[in-house]
Amino acid sequence: MPTVEFEGHTFNIDEDGFIDSFENFNEKWIQLVKKEEGIDELNEEHKMVINVLQDYYKKNGIAPMVRILSKLTGFKLKHIYELFPSGPGKGACKMAGLPKPTGCV
Amino acid sequence: MADFPKPKEMFDSIDYALPEKQWEDVPPDLSPGNFCYPTKRKNLEYLGLPANKDEWSPSDEDWNLPDNWQTIIHEGFKDLLGKYRSLKIFMDTCVRCGACADKCHFFIGTGDPKNMPVLRAELLRSVYRNDFTMAGKILGSIGGARKLTKDVIKEWFSYFYQCSECRRCSVYCPYGIDTAEITMMGRELLTLLGLNINWILEPAANCFRTGNHLGIQPHAFKEMVEFFCDDIEDITGVRVNPTFNRKGAEILFVTPSGDVFADPGTYTMMGYLMLFEHIGLDYTLSTYASEGGNFGLFTSADMMKRLNAKMYAESKRLGVKWILGGECGHMWRVINQYMETMNGPADFLEVPVSPITGTRFANAASTKMVHIAEFTADLIRNNKLKLDPSRNDKNIVTFHDSCNPARGMGLFDEPRYVLKNVCNNFYDMPESTIREQTFCCGSGSGLNTEEIMDLRMRGGLPRANAVQYVHDKYGVNMLACVCAIDRAALPPLMDYWVPGVGVTGLHELVGNALVMEGETERTVDLRQEPLKEEEEDADE
Repeated sequence: MPTVEFEGHTFNIDEDGFIDSFENFNEKWIQLVKKEEGIDELNEEHKMVINVLQDYYKKNGIAPMVRILSKLTGFKLKHIYELFPSGPGKGACKMAGLPKPTGCV
Repeated sequence: MADFPKPKEMFDSIDYALPEKQWEDVPPDLSPGNFCYPTKRKNLEYLGLPANKDEWSPSDEDWNLPDNWQTIIHEGFKDLLGKYRSLKIFMDTCVRCGACADKCHFFIGTGDPKNMPVLRAELLRSVYRNDFTMAGKILGSIGGARKLTKDVIKEWFSYFYQCSECRRCSVYCPYGIDTAEITMMGRELLTLLGLNINWILEPAANCFRTGNHLGIQPHAFKEMVEFFCDDIEDITGVRVNPTFNRKGAEILFVTPSGDVFADPGTYTMMGYLMLFEHIGLDYTLSTYASEGGNFGLFTSADMMKRLNAKMYAESKRLGVKWILGGECGHMWRVINQYMETMNGPADFLEVPVSPITGTRFANAASTKMVHIAEFTADLIRNNKLKLDPSRNDKNIVTFHDSCNPARGMGLFDEPRYVLKNVCNNFYDMPESTIREQTFCCGSGSGLNTEEIMDLRMRGGLPRANAVQYVHDKYGVNMLACVCAIDRAALPPLMDYWVPGVGVTGLHELVGNALVMEGETERTVDLRQEPLKEEEEDADE
């Protein structure tokens, strides 16, 4: 499995650069993905999205569907794209350390 | 994907010129972007499938095949030929007439001769001749035989994952050779060597663990459906009350998990829930049989059988009379063509009878499973629904026959009958692109993964081209379908080739048009967007 090093931490990543397991997530991961996403500084809204994603994942073992993410944060999909240019999956979920959903999606 | 080609560039890059080299001498392109990611080891282990020695990538020179890989394939091939007389016939009967050659959407979109169904089958057939026929053994390459080498394995991996098992080619084959089954056999053989793709086997592993491809656990499944109930109440003022795992219900409803997770399928899910509430259907959802799809179909017969068994197991446990199935594509191929002999007989179920109309679905006498489009068409035909099609007036709709319900079960007229009753504006695409000749979305059979987006856009080109035709001619702006992979795959396809065309499930439009008892005046559709375009404009 490929690895990436960032400020003294080594992360195992998959082909799309998602972390191998949420268990290996730490704050450094956010800093790393933040750079990839071209975000200078995380604001309160970014942090809220990440917290909501992680809370949901801890409870349910999957990422929330987009409509639930919108409801829990109060942000429309368009605004989530403004916050995370790669979108809720490849941007926000990736930064939060969640795996990518697979199947008919 | 910064270097992704623009539509015109992609279109102009398709080259149908005669290749300079013989096909045997052209290696497959396994550079990044041209293959699906291999299965993660944890998923192979979970499913009890052979795992390759180490982590690998199709772009590696050495695939770390097991030492006895040739024996494994030879014995595996022999085993399949013994099990399936159809395979032996398909291997023996092709006369290379070429009728299938230009019928494959992947050939049309790539111009690659190995995407001609005849040549895709030849990849396997040449090895068959070499290993299992006298003529091949004596005549060798003159007789079309080819030795199995590591490069052949690579070629199989490349091209059996460039086929979406849509079976359009089979419609034109004078012998009825089912190239989808050839692809299935090819994938099954590759799986013996630990070679398969993660986008298929992670959902399969999830399905064994949680009951559905997405890995939705029971409590989350219930919560998601209840989320839709809240939205339905906001839109219509009517509270719908689905039940879960309820013993003694008359009907078990099974739909792909994409419908409870991914937009726009979620709106179709809302449509089902509204319909069932409105007609007072005695049904239940299951958090165990919470998946209609079956990614086992794309891996091996054994995997398909094991995954599919849960629908009958759950219906037996709950004591229902029959099973109603949602808008899924390949689910219906599994049900209609394999389920009874594979998992049946379901003698604990009854021949389905609609409790609302009394119609006996004799066509479902063996599987005891009815497709939701037939069920709803029957309700409409018997005047059991009050519909206001004008609520769908902003949609000018065409219908994409999803490959498997179309060619796998002949479901052509029911969805159109429903559409014509719930919409005022419906236009079919040209005849050679619909019904049994329908073109694939380009992402079926587990190929709806992002790393091969270039191939998906090429494979979806013929479908998009037909949509473009009705878009230009009639102003079509909505593509309806009855498959969850379609609902996931067609939106990016439309955005790429025909911007301005949305994608919907059939029952989303039913939900919009359905006049429910006690409902408040509707101002928005199921997407909570204004019913009429003008209001939307005024809003913004």
